Amino acid sequence: MTTSEAALPSTTLGLEPPTRGRGWAPAWMRRHNLQLWIGGVMLGLMVLAAVAAPLITRYNPTTPDALHTLLGPSGEHLFGTDNLGRDVFTRVVYGTRSDLTIAVVAVVAPFIIGLVFGIVTGYFGGWIDTIMMRIADIVTAFPFFILVISLVFILGNGAWSIFVAITCVSWVAYARLVRGEAMVLRNKEFVAACQAGGISPVRILLRHFAPNVATQALVYSMSDIVMNVGVIVTLSYFGLGIVPPTPDWGSMMADGQQFLAGGYYGLTLFPAAAVIWTSLALSFIGDGLAHALRIDR
Amino acid sequence: MSTDPLLRCSDVVVTFKQKHSKEPFYAVKNASLDVGAGQIVGLVGESGSGKSTLARAVVGLQRVDSGVIAFDAHQLGNRRTREDRQGIQMVFQDPYGSLDPRMSIRATLAEVIRRHTDLRGKGIDKRCLELMDMVRLPGSLLRSRPAGMSGGQRQRVAIARALSINPRLLVADEAVAALDVSVQAGIVNLLSDLRDEAGLSILFISHDLSIIRTLCDRVSVIYRGEIVEERPCADLFANPHSDYTKALLSAIPRLNGPRSEGLGQGQSLRM
Repeated sequence: MTTSEAALPSTTLGLEPPTRGRGWAPAWMRRHNLQLWIGGVMLGLMVLAAVAAPLITRYNPTTPDALHTLLGPSGEHLFGTDNLGRDVFTRVVYGTRSDLTIAVVAVVAPFIIGLVFGIVTGYFGGWIDTIMMRIADIVTAFPFFILVISLVFILGNGAWSIFVAITCVSWVAYARLVRGEAMVLRNKEFVAACQAGGISPVRILLRHFAPNVATQALVYSMSDIVMNVGVIVTLSYFGLGIVPPTPDWGSMMADGQQFLAGGYYGLTLFPAAAVIWTSLALSFIGDGLAHALRIDR
Repeated sequence: MSTDPLLRCSDVVVTFKQKHSKEPFYAVKNASLDVGAGQIVGLVGESGSGKSTLARAVVGLQRVDSGVIAFDAHQLGNRRTREDRQGIQMVFQDPYGSLDPRMSIRATLAEVIRRHTDLRGKGIDKRCLELMDMVRLPGSLLRSRPAGMSGGQRQRVAIARALSINPRLLVADEAVAALDVSVQAGIVNLLSDLRDEAGLSILFISHDLSIIRTLCDRVSVIYRGEIVEERPCADLFANPHSDYTKALLSAIPRLNGPRSEGLGQGQSLRM
């Protein structure tokens, strides 16, 4: 009897045991997915503070107090007061309401648009892909901030126009990401098996593509929220974003800047710390999610 | 009863556009192939010989440029109806890519069953258990996802999915190539049993001659898109006609006895 089995590629032998998710976090952190927990707690605290703002501070974020301007941090005023006598801690907490809400909401629409766009273009390929990706290229061709700023300029200040401007620009990132994933999936044999089984393309896209590509997009959306916070804060810093006197980290930093020379660092540093805290929390969550949603083959 | 075989391919041509040439690339050239009812027909050839392309064309995953693919004396076009698809199902090479990692085994099977039958709810459950039994897997696996399963188990699930709608022809494209030798034997036996018990016809595509020899009734040898030889299995192994088949057969490594110099220098250097 011949032994041609010996010449077989022993694929199964080459299989490594499934490795845990690769991230920047050290192994002890990954073991229990601590990133997700740390990020969750950090973000949870912020959200809780924002929701319960009137309960944790007795000051009004917008009412000036001419008698207590530019105070340093104290038991009375945790982060001190600004040049108009408003409590900085209160304003940072209320700033969470406006900044974080817009940042999170402004992720939903691009996520959905990008997901649909990417799945369709990645699955069908050919001329559909060519046309759709050229549209995406046109959006990408403009520098991100220039495009957002001009859109906000056209639409006017305020939360709604920031939301529209971000949506118009940031869906492209999702579309590209999902398209790449969809193109890999398209060549998987289970898709061919579905086609051979007579499953309709719509069903293949909804039941097989969407769940398989959404993970990456979801992980990315966490960093996208961070990016949105950056955009909103930057716009407000330039006076293009959230209209004063609504508290917001960007305009707080801009206002506080003129007092830096006088040694009043808190006016700028506390809102900046809030931005960093948020970014850190969401980065932790993003990394944790990538790990939690990972499927080993 | 008609005298037509279950599957008849005649003069099938499949071409692909080439990037740097106006001339199309002929993946399959005038291939003719019959699979009779209850037969297991082997299709052998080296990598890139067009065997997978022909298989995909039979299942309707690859458009055919010219030639006829007829199933049960009924010609199949490039667009298949649901009934067309029900008759021919396919098992793929890569057990790690042929199941959706985010779907339970039950969901994978149920999707196809729902599309082709009136079974719902409890009926699907019952059918799924039947299928698992048919491919010798425990019914408890229905609830799990492919992630924890071995290559052999996955391939059995893939076979169960193909069988779920009672096809009359199963196209197995290198269905055991990615598996361990011991697991291979199990799958080969399963296919053989399915033919004996359910009268399933199988088009078995492989580059592994020893498996072809144990499993198939007839063998077609494909080389560069053309069928160079088509004969009963025992006959082909005993007395190959075409030069390519002879070279292919002599390339089988033997443990004992003199090694034959088949495919030239590179081959003879291998242990």
